[in-house]
Amino acid sequence: MVPSPASWRTRGALGQALLGLATVVLLWWFAHSVRGGLAREGITLGFGFLHQPANFDIGERSGLRFTPEDTVGRAIVVGLVNTARIALVGSLLALILGFVVGTLRLVDNALLRGVMRAGVEVMRNTPLLLLLFLLIATLHTMPPPAHAFEPLPGVFLSDRGLVLPFPHTPRFVGFNFVGGTTLSPEFAALAAALVLHHGAHISEVVRGAILAIPRGQRDAALALGMSPWQVSRLVVIPQALRAMVPLLATNCVSLIKNSSLAVAIGFPDVVSVLNTTANQTGHGVEAMAIMLGVYLALSLGVASLLNVYNARILRRGA
Amino acid sequence: MKAARRLALLAALGAALGACAGDDAAPANQRSTASGATLSAIRARGQLMCGITQGAGFATPDDSGRWRGFDVDFCRALAVALFNDPNKVRFVPYTQQQRFSGLQSGEVDLLANGTSITSSRALLRNFHFGPVYLYDGQGFLVRKASHVGSAGALNGATVCVQQGTTTELNLSDFARRNKISLAPVVIEDLRGAVSALASGRCDAISQDGAGLATTRTMLRDPENYVILPDRISKEPIAPVVRFGDDQWLEVVTWLFRAPVAAEELGIDSHNVQSYVTSTDPAIRRFLGMEPGVTDGFGLDPRWTARVIAAVGNYGEIYDRNLGEKTPLRFERGMNRLWTQGGLMYSPPFR
Repeated sequence: MVPSPASWRTRGALGQALLGLATVVLLWWFAHSVRGGLAREGITLGFGFLHQPANFDIGERSGLRFTPEDTVGRAIVVGLVNTARIALVGSLLALILGFVVGTLRLVDNALLRGVMRAGVEVMRNTPLLLLLFLLIATLHTMPPPAHAFEPLPGVFLSDRGLVLPFPHTPRFVGFNFVGGTTLSPEFAALAAALVLHHGAHISEVVRGAILAIPRGQRDAALALGMSPWQVSRLVVIPQALRAMVPLLATNCVSLIKNSSLAVAIGFPDVVSVLNTTANQTGHGVEAMAIMLGVYLALSLGVASLLNVYNARILRRGA
Repeated sequence: MKAARRLALLAALGAALGACAGDDAAPANQRSTASGATLSAIRARGQLMCGITQGAGFATPDDSGRWRGFDVDFCRALAVALFNDPNKVRFVPYTQQQRFSGLQSGEVDLLANGTSITSSRALLRNFHFGPVYLYDGQGFLVRKASHVGSAGALNGATVCVQQGTTTELNLSDFARRNKISLAPVVIEDLRGAVSALASGRCDAISQDGAGLATTRTMLRDPENYVILPDRISKEPIAPVVRFGDDQWLEVVTWLFRAPVAAEELGIDSHNVQSYVTSTDPAIRRFLGMEPGVTDGFGLDPRWTARVIAAVGNYGEIYDRNLGEKTPLRFERGMNRLWTQGGLMYSPPFR
């Protein structure tokens, strides 16, 4: 007997309801078990520790004021701003690099194409952590601050990072430069590693999206008398963008998540600060929950921004 | 029919998960509340699980893959006391970051990995500490070429520290107390901090004194580095056990005291056999020749004698792993016996 469409629908709804119920039960059981486990170990949860003094210092503060007397909550904010800074700089530069390299891989010059391809393959197939260690080790070989390069007046480059002349002209005192603003080697290495790695991935997305535009469209546009620049700007790129945007969003989100490798080289991102917090206060579960919330919020934020943009170009395209 | 089958599968899966949870929950419950549960679990398992942290002199595998070191010897001593076999122990290496969850989850029976006693760990985090088996304090390792003679002269310096210890806290306390500024670079893995010091990114590494001695051996040119004399914190290192099992805490406590007591009595691994015939009542009690002193909790009354024969007294354990003849050359200092101006003191075995 062939079941009627109506009975299929009923069964479908029933299946959905049961699956939903099973999920709820599973989650409830999970929460219950976690709570029981924590109670047995005598761990109580709560976010009161955020108001305690941090008692530890943070080496890099993205221009925020922070001393060990400040609260744990403020320390986490400093870490968060550090993460946001790396995410912003990293995403922006990775997008630019990805577009440039992705386009250059389609030019007629075989040498240029080959060089770009080699670069992309190396970056794409090297573990990010390895790249990060390589870059930080390279930056560490710069001269000590007493023998720093001074490429421009007041700008110093040494194994302590790049020192810029604001708010005041940096002076070398004892161990280090004081008075200037320092861009640390850790920040530079992390940003460079993320940009190179994700730039390579993005270039593949860009290349793929451009190649996906049927050859005939380009030929037709050229036949209509458009210049190659006009063909790219008016025909190819608007269509390629549509295919690209969701994948670009994915790449930016994974760049943000990969920025947590910071802890391996000593850049105080939000994970590093939360690790220290958990260790100092014993609130590991809460620290993990904050970490989860932070990355979820950042990822969803970026994803929805790019979704809005995607919706806009889709509308415009139609 | 298909839907029904899928449902049955789902139900079975759920039941299985539930059953797993049940199995897990029961021993967990016993584990941390009932006194005596740890010891009976170790006996049932046939081996001790000991949480360590890898580091030269403290816990490091030798050429044949056998764990050796100061912490390792204490764990082996426990295995000798419980099983009369120094090999009935499994070593679980942890980073400083993982160690407490490893102990809390029941993966190991104790931590002997350089954890310092602090009130918050004992009062808020529900850990129990045995006796101090190493008195230490946080210090600094610097390049000789930087011509720094004391920690106070480090104003403005960049200091590399490993994450997951009280180091960051002590460092900032020290800077605040002395009104100097120290820029921390917090690195997850010690090797990262070591290479940052070697390359000049950092002016100093700060960690416990014994840790600095270990770290110096990791540098390519250890002779060009010096440990500053200052100690900026108190780090009493003690074994850690879970809260709630008093019996296990007592076993660990007296085991860690035995090598100190042996050194006080002049007993070492070479002469312990000759003391069996001793008429000195203190020695006879310590070696388990008189009933009612060392034979509690089902332990063999002669466990102290066996432990000393297997791993030696405190001085032997120290000299073998950390002393002048090792690459660490870590001065015994506070860790001498109280009779020799140190802090090592064992309550009496009687």
